Parts: sequence; structure tokens; C-alpha cells
Amino acid sequence: MNAYQELLCRVTDVRGIRAAMLVSEEDGLVVAESLSEGVDGAAVAALAASLTLRIRRSAASAGHSAPAVVQMRAERGALLTLQAGDGLLVVAIADREANLGLARLELREAASRLHA
Amino acid sequence: MRAIEPWVTQPLQAFLDDSNARLTLLMTTAGQVVAQDGFTRSVDVMAASALGAGIIASLDALAEVMGSGRFTAVLHQGSKQSLYLRAFDTPRGRWIGLVVFGTDTSAGLVQVFFKDLADRIAIAAPASLPTAAPLAATFEHELNASLRSLFGR
Repeated sequence: MNAYQELLCRVTDVRGIRAAMLVSEEDGLVVAESLSEGVDGAAVAALAASLTLRIRRSAASAGHSAPAVVQMRAERGALLTLQAGDGLLVVAIADREANLGLARLELREAASRLHA
Repeated sequence: MRAIEPWVTQPLQAFLDDSNARLTLLMTTAGQVVAQDGFTRSVDVMAASALGAGIIASLDALAEVMGSGRFTAVLHQGSKQSLYLRAFDTPRGRWIGLVVFGTDTSAGLVQVFFKDLADRIAIAAPASLPTAAPLAATFEHELNASLRSLFGR
């Protein structure tokens, strides 16, 4: 297990977090991942990166600064993305029961360790 | 978008809608064109199909030299345009997809939607005998027939 995967495993240790990935923001490719069974990491990474990029562009068009965290809630769970610097995103997939506050803290921790 | 075989049209259109690809070419490993979108000149299709099939053939040879399994895809990322070339198995034999895309999409999205395209083609392909490998004697005739179908002349 490399250092990136160790960081991501800390995120997936949070109850209800099914997957955590480090994703290249520009091309939507997976850099590292910690996935539970049944999660299509490549598809989630590509779509999450695309969505985050569009949200950033929308924010810029509205005259706002780029959002550091994007959280999308759905009926059965949530998707979290956080800017990790150097063109990378940390992405997490959460179940409905997941503690999203704790998950966000772990995502921030992972992002800051990537910077360090 | 033009396709030699009509059952390819629907899966390919879905890929084009999803991926925002600028140019897409589907061909056999012998370089015979199956469908294309975005090309306006037949000479470009001929060149792209020959080069794409050549690259995949070179990759196969390289994989054999290295003793590794088949390499199936090549991704070349440029500053304004990128190229994704992938070989995939279909009920009609091994095909190759060549996709050129810009900065309005991403390599990840193109790869994900191309996998969907390959899956949809596998489902949509009508049951039939595999296409015979082209003979040198008939290759030019078949290539010209394909190009007439694709460009209507």
C-alpha cells in the first residue's frame, strides 16, 4: 500500500464511506483509490472531476471564488469532492447513513497531507 | 455520423452525445472502416484508419516482445487536442476505436463512455459468422466501397 492509498484508507475508515479516490482534476483519471466492491472507480472519477470542473466554472462566471468542497446529496447517498492542490481532487462516495461531517474532516486531512 | 453497418449507429450516437468527441472512427484491426464521425474528407479517414490499425498492430508486437499481455489502449494527451486509441473485442471480431477530443471533455470521460460504447456494440451486434480477414486482392475494393458508403460518393 503506498502513501496515497494509506491516506485514502483513513477516509474509507469513516463509517458509511464506500470509496475514496485521488483524481486528476483536468483529465478525470484515478491516481489512487480505496474502493469497496461494486464501485466503478474510473467512472466515478471521470464524472466527479467533470462535474467539479463545471461547478468551478459556474462559480467563476457568477463572480465567486472556486468552491473548496463540493457536496452532492442524492436519495441514497452523497458524493464529496475536495481540492487537494496540484491539480488533484479527493473524491468520496458516502452512503445515506454516513457521517458527512467526519468524512469532510478526513478529506481535508488527506488533502493537507498531500500538500505537506 | 456515417456507419457502414446500421446497428452501430445507435451505440455510436450515444457515445458521441456523452463524450463530446471531435472525431471518432471505428475500424477493424485490418483498417477497414466501420463508422466515422467528424471527418469531412475520405482521404483523412483512409489515413487515420491505416495509422490507427498500424499503431495497434505495433502495440501487439511490442507486447509479444515484452512477454506481456495485449496492450489495448493508447492515450496521447496534447494541450488542445488528445487522442484515444483502443482495441476491443466484438462479436464481429476485434475492432479499434480512434477518438480525438478537446478540452471540453476529459480523458477519463472519453475512456468511461468508450467502454460503454464497446459494451453496447457487443450487445447490439447481430449474430452472424465472423468477418473473414481481408485478402490483399480484395482489400482496396472493400476499402473503396466502405469510403463510398461513408461519404456518399
